[in-house]
Amino acid sequence: MMILFNYLIFPGFLFAATVGLIAGWVDRKVTARIQWRKGPPWYQNFVDIVKLTGKETILPEGAGITFLLAPYLGLLCVVLAATILGMTLIFPSAGFTGDLIVILYLLVIPAIAMMIGAAASGNPLASVGASREMKLVLAYELPFLLSVITVIIKSQGAIRLGSVIVHQAASGPNIGSISGISAFIVCILCMQAKLGLVPFDSSEAEQEIMGGTLIEYSGLPLAIFRLTKAVLLYTTPLFLIILFWAGNLSAGSIIWKYIALLVIIILIKNTSPRVRIDQALGFFWGKAAILAAAAVILALAGK
Amino acid sequence: MNLKLRALTKSLWVFHAATSPCNNCDIEILDALTPRHDIERFGMVLAGSVRHADVLLVTGVPNYKTKERLKKLYSQAPKPCLVAAIGNCACGRIMFKDSYNSPCPVDEIVPVDVYISGCPPKPEAIIAGVVKLINKVTSSAKGT
Ligand code: SF4
Repeated sequence: MMILFNYLIFPGFLFAATVGLIAGWVDRKVTARIQWRKGPPWYQNFVDIVKLTGKETILPEGAGITFLLAPYLGLLCVVLAATILGMTLIFPSAGFTGDLIVILYLLVIPAIAMMIGAAASGNPLASVGASREMKLVLAYELPFLLSVITVIIKSQGAIRLGSVIVHQAASGPNIGSISGISAFIVCILCMQAKLGLVPFDSSEAEQEIMGGTLIEYSGLPLAIFRLTKAVLLYTTPLFLIILFWAGNLSAGSIIWKYIALLVIIILIKNTSPRVRIDQALGFFWGKAAILAAAAVILALAGK
Repeated sequence: MNLKLRALTKSLWVFHAATSPCNNCDIEILDALTPRHDIERFGMVLAGSVRHADVLLVTGVPNYKTKERLKKLYSQAPKPCLVAAIGNCACGRIMFKDSYNSPCPVDEIVPVDVYISGCPPKPEAIIAGVVKLINKVTSSAKGT
């Protein structure tokens, strides 16, 4: 019963989706202010979701049940990740060995769900989007995993989120060291790609391939994809806070750290153009991976 | 009035369907999307794919080719989908009425919900037209 409550209400689906949708509104509002506009009201993202549930769901010719089920796969997994992270924050000792690895896997699944759905739709532009998404995942996972390895090394090989937190509470947040801060910077860039935001939004490029992976989705499945994005916008920054910035874990400090990360995400989004997929691949496997590898070596040297 | 319909009026995603206009109307639509007029404050955004569309903004006089395309676009859009005819061309074909390549006006192809006249209509007129569209949806929902 308690598990169901945790999964569906707090800190799982309802809470994560609400925070994520409001964060999405902050993003839209700040973007509007940067462009000297007024921007939408605070409930805009909720209204969008409600509206989408009321629209017809179109099943394109030749698309099967996979097309309809793919969005749920992504949402279920990312909500599970949000629940595990939230529970770890509340009770650092509640986790299980290896939950860090589980989270890493769960956070990739939304991207995979998107690829499956796009490929199932049979639309050529969607398959372009899916192939870009796949390359993007391959690109950012390498530096992301290297940065996470840095954290694991720094906390004496612990692969439990609870021990990562306890270690940081004892000996200062990981972000305070050279290796920690370089891994953190790499992670922020990877997060931008994970969230599918500019400059790494080529898989969904509205102006170029008309929504890419989402092109054939309408109605409820589209709403589920948007919810997935919203929950991801809550989960990924939280994951980074736990990994790198978990010195003080009172509610207030988590909130301001989350807002700080959100500001960074929005600033990157608004000040950069979209990069081509080959540029993204080159960037992540080149500069970002080198920085992350340097962080691993520094961490091994104890810096 | 039901919640989903109310949400629809607060979050109209527009899709731009140009059926051979002279392009002036399209430029005015883009004007309405610029920061100066900022229709995102009403929750309207430009949709890239017709599957995400709530309103089709139709401009121009349909000819034999674009007529079929418009029909197809309308059938591809998820219902409820509204149609706004923008510009005198889309409203009533003006001087192209007797043209050899103009088979029929827009409202004989798809059901038009609001006519926004002008050649081209100003962005203010387009926004006023969309407000009329919203009022129409709300009042028809109250009526039933
Ligand atoms: S109404 Fe006027 S401006 Fe608009 S497409 Fe027709 S001719 Fe061009």
